[in-house]
Amino acid sequence: MAEQPEPRKAAPASLWTRKQQKSGAVLGDHRRQLENISRRLFFRQGLSLGALTMLSGCNLQDDTAVDKVLWAMSRWNDRVQTFLFDRNRLAPTYRPEDVTDPFPFNAFYPEDSAPDVDLLNYRLQVSGLVDNKASWSLDDLRRLPRVSQITQHICIEGWSAIGEWSGVPLSTFLQHVGADMTAKYVGFKCADRYYSCIDMPTALHAQTILALDFGKDPLPLKYGSPMKLRVPTKLGFKNPKHIVEVFVTNDYPGGYWEDQGYNWFSGL
Amino acid sequence: MRQEKKDSQLVGHPVVVRLTHWINVFATVCMVMSGMGIYNAHPILPFRLPEEMTLGGWLGGSTAWHFAVMWLFVGNGLVYLAFGTASNYLRKRMLTLRLGDLLRDLRLALTFSLRHESHSYNAIQKAMYLGVLLLGGLMLASGLVLWKPIQFGPLTALLGGFDSARIVHFTGMAALLGFVVIHVLMVVLVPKTLLSMVFGAGLLKRRKEKSDGGAA
Repeated sequence: MAEQPEPRKAAPASLWTRKQQKSGAVLGDHRRQLENISRRLFFRQGLSLGALTMLSGCNLQDDTAVDKVLWAMSRWNDRVQTFLFDRNRLAPTYRPEDVTDPFPFNAFYPEDSAPDVDLLNYRLQVSGLVDNKASWSLDDLRRLPRVSQITQHICIEGWSAIGEWSGVPLSTFLQHVGADMTAKYVGFKCADRYYSCIDMPTALHAQTILALDFGKDPLPLKYGSPMKLRVPTKLGFKNPKHIVEVFVTNDYPGGYWEDQGYNWFSGL
Repeated sequence: MRQEKKDSQLVGHPVVVRLTHWINVFATVCMVMSGMGIYNAHPILPFRLPEEMTLGGWLGGSTAWHFAVMWLFVGNGLVYLAFGTASNYLRKRMLTLRLGDLLRDLRLALTFSLRHESHSYNAIQKAMYLGVLLLGGLMLASGLVLWKPIQFGPLTALLGGFDSARIVHFTGMAALLGFVVIHVLMVVLVPKTLLSMVFGAGLLKRRKEKSDGGAA
């Protein structure tokens, strides 16, 4: 079920790409460093950096042990966040004049590499623990009830931006496909080979939507055409774009960034 | 005789204070360095921090360190506060701070005539240590807002939103580093304080008895 991420040769982190566009060659050497690391190796790098500077006297030489502790703590943090998450607590909403313009582009590739999905032939696949696995055209999706929100998008990098999205509440969609609402995860596969998954309580949150519009217009290419997940109660990277498949499962499907070390739950 | 007994009781720090102090040194170093790594992902000032000052190697590593060690930082701080309250350590050592004393000691310090007293803190020390405890509280509060701005909504509103909580968190870190600089400088000026934070009263007392015995 879980796709393996591509070899990292062509995958400079989204965040770095964006920064590079903004501030020139600042990240040049960092990027090379990033590209060289394979999955799960960066904690080791982090350790060696730490060991070099401050931790040399603490006998933390066994990098795999530290690695395991960090991953274990991340799973512990998932549990704490699951406990803290209140399904009835809404993300703050803003006024139309608060919307950030231009809203930043962000992905693990530059803007001109965003996948141009053919809207006419687009069919959203549905799989896993659902009664009805028929695929959905954009017209089908637009016939479902819609909601709109102006919320703050917070990136793991630390920046934030306010945007306006509208689309189908994910809970409504899951009801329509007869999803097993007691399952643990709702997963997403994307046209850009990005993938991610969220917990069922967040999937059923009122502000978690399958967004089809940004502002008053259909989602443009750079913001995830034709459909993205908008989850204001999670960090930006938990809002996959260009979604081509939704699935429901009890087996942890992982995620593009999650498999590399970002915390899975990443709730706000 | 009575005076000597009092000295030996107060000269060193209780074992819980010494233990939590050094755990806090480790936790704070990890938090500051991993925090600098997170800062570098999207600096709020017009510069990035040197790579050597960061921990984690990349944003995912830095956040993993930060969100792991935060439990040690907070848990250790709570042990210290619980002990400090239950044992009266905090009240006796720091909450005796008076404004008049602070002004007097500041005047003395500025004229280089403030002497180190091993049996009690001067008013500047009390103010510094109380201040850094409050700073720790501010770092926790602003950190909670950055970690869970929606779940801790009222706290987020109190700090003026996510973006301003970032500024508070970063400024607090800078103030914390300022404290560390002064604190370490003071230890360099009065090195025996390092011994009492490492070994406590017991060893110093034994050494004192030994030298007293030798002299007699």
